[in-house]
Amino acid sequence: MSTNTPLAAAPLTERQPAGVRRGRAGSTTRAQAVTGYFFVSGYTLFLVFFGILPALYAVFLAFTKQGAFVGVDNFARVFADYRFLPAVAHVAAYVAIWLVALLLFVVLLALIVHAIRVRWLSNASRFIFYIPGALAGAASVMLWLFVLDPTVSPVSFLLRALGSESLVTTVQLDSLPIVLAIIAFWTGAGGWIVIMYGALNNISTDVMEAARIDGSGPISTAWYIQIPLLRKWISYMAILSLAAGTQLFVEPRVLSQATRGVVPQDYSLNQLAFLYAFRQNDFNGSAAISLVLLVVALGLSVFFVFRGGLFERD
Amino acid sequence: MSSQHRRPFTRSRRIFAATAAVAVAGMLAACSGGTGEVNEDYGFAIAEQVEGSPITIWADATRQPAVEAFQAAHPDIEVDLVIDDGSASGSATFQTKIALADQAGEGWPDVVFSTQNNDASWASKEANGVQAFAAPLNKGYFDEDFLDGFTSGALDPLTVDDTVWGLRNDLAPVLFWYNQQLMDEFGYEVPTTWEEYEALGERLATEHPGYFLGSVGDSFVGPYVYYWAGAAPIFQVDGNTFSSDVNAPNSVRVTEMLDTMVANGSLIQDSVFSAEFVAKSANLLAIPGPAWYAGALFQNPDSVNAAEGQWGTAEPLYWEGDEKVTGNVGGGTWFASSHSQNLEAVKTFLEYIVSDPEVAGTGGLPAYQSAADTWVADQASSGFFSGDFETSINTAASSVWSGWGFPNFSAETSYSKIVVPALAAGQSIADVADAWQTEMENEATVVGYTVQ
Repeated sequence: MSTNTPLAAAPLTERQPAGVRRGRAGSTTRAQAVTGYFFVSGYTLFLVFFGILPALYAVFLAFTKQGAFVGVDNFARVFADYRFLPAVAHVAAYVAIWLVALLLFVVLLALIVHAIRVRWLSNASRFIFYIPGALAGAASVMLWLFVLDPTVSPVSFLLRALGSESLVTTVQLDSLPIVLAIIAFWTGAGGWIVIMYGALNNISTDVMEAARIDGSGPISTAWYIQIPLLRKWISYMAILSLAAGTQLFVEPRVLSQATRGVVPQDYSLNQLAFLYAFRQNDFNGSAAISLVLLVVALGLSVFFVFRGGLFERD
Repeated sequence: MSSQHRRPFTRSRRIFAATAAVAVAGMLAACSGGTGEVNEDYGFAIAEQVEGSPITIWADATRQPAVEAFQAAHPDIEVDLVIDDGSASGSATFQTKIALADQAGEGWPDVVFSTQNNDASWASKEANGVQAFAAPLNKGYFDEDFLDGFTSGALDPLTVDDTVWGLRNDLAPVLFWYNQQLMDEFGYEVPTTWEEYEALGERLATEHPGYFLGSVGDSFVGPYVYYWAGAAPIFQVDGNTFSSDVNAPNSVRVTEMLDTMVANGSLIQDSVFSAEFVAKSANLLAIPGPAWYAGALFQNPDSVNAAEGQWGTAEPLYWEGDEKVTGNVGGGTWFASSHSQNLEAVKTFLEYIVSDPEVAGTGGLPAYQSAADTWVADQASSGFFSGDFETSINTAASSVWSGWGFPNFSAETSYSKIVVPALAAGQSIADVADAWQTEMENEATVVGYTVQ
């Protein structure tokens, strides 16, 4: 992209007289700028009012109590809460399982779908993968409630074979990170497979052909050519999924209500923040948890950005 | 490169300053809204009253017909009914929405219905500089004569330091329900004590496997039906002190009884509201449970769907040689908002909804004595339940154990978090009793109680 632009502009520069060139180029830039500002204005407005302002308000709340500065008191209170560390462990276990599964299987499935030469089968596969993602979070959990309950599940034989006789036994705390990871993978992976498929299509046919001529098989091509070239996309997926994963809320919340509290209401950090704000009227503690989440997610995202070379230009 | 970046950075700083200023303004706005002067007629700081202004009521779907009956009876009062879940199963819908209104400084409803008795201890407290949501009712707002009309003890869960913060909708004392037809068929006597109940379970498991005497699959059943009714001191409050003792003699007795009956199959683990329970309900021989089981289970076509005369009621079970006490499972509460701009309309509504014999109790045993008398007489004369319905329910209503506490958190959450999964995994309650107590004590500490 960066190499194409000057090449395209170069002949134009030579054809136009200098004055005209500068004037047209200047006015075009201003018009483009105005259009650009117009297009981003809506996003910026929403970002300010529903992203930046609430975040600033959370920073204010996290370091104050009744409007007075209290230093790190709110953080200390939250860290000392008996529910905090288990919630951290739950989210960490879930994110670890889900993220690894997502990275592995999305890339693998995208490579397989990309390798399918039968057009209708390739199209059908992508469509089938994508369909579950069309269900919104809460709706997909409602669907999974039926799948996970051996008394009504279409795969009850499988659940019973795994030793589960009721919904309560299926969603025992030990197995919950896996259950939640399966739900999240099922709803989210399809979209990423389609994106990865697009990225694979972007790999130059010259490169692929050269690999083939050099005697590279599908596996070595995937390992030495395709996956390295997908590195940025994989990082991108990891960052966005990480942000979503640490915000775990809807799935355990719905499961909690469906199981009448067997899945605890303080399972995830976001749920704990919710309880602080709305059960204990402690918005300061809630803001402290939110800030911790923000810092952790930002830290891990920065790691992926630099490891994945997301900001590097080719 | 660096020059290109300087301008946006300056701009972003400006944007940051502007957003920070707006944020601070928002914070100051959110922090405003302190308490005003106490109004002598009402006994609390009231909002500016607007005569004829509509009143907003938050209630669950079960209460909807009663609210509509009020609208028909009082067309002069404009009512805006908002249906929610009544904070059932500890969902805390009430707290969530009021906390948001408190932050916003507006948007409070005029009346709220909650299924949770322990909401009073929460709704009576000032939070974040905003006055308590619930209006005190016995400081001049409601007449003493009217408040005295409630069944003795009905307002106790809603009374904090001699101030009444809500009106009880219905009572939910635990009594004993039994299948008269099956009892006759098997040749069993209706138990009167917990010891007889446990013995009946062992006999039933041996002689008629598959038949059962209740369920421990709901988070309300364990604490309220068995431990409360068994006078087990696992959920007690004294001022700001919370205590729980799963190793007290009565607690251990209840635990051992439940563990024995779960092990022999005479108690099942399905929720009484689940399809599995309904599917097995033909094998239900008897069950201790609240007064509202009358409509929720037995006279409900989607549940047990009993035939007339098939089921009977008996007085609550008790420990042999102990005081004859019982438990209590909820009984909804109506709260008036201290922020209401039409307190007179709110008062008219609340008086109607809790005391009118046609609607009071909204299907359960009304908490208002005169309405309760009518309800019990109607139920007894209908002859649907065999046994002495009137005596059973009146005895239960007057013998709720007073040792149970009403802190601002629910006994259900710790039971569902620790005990229900343990039972499902094949453990006994005794195995996790200490962990259960620790969970309750932790919950109490988090919400500000001193644990004894």
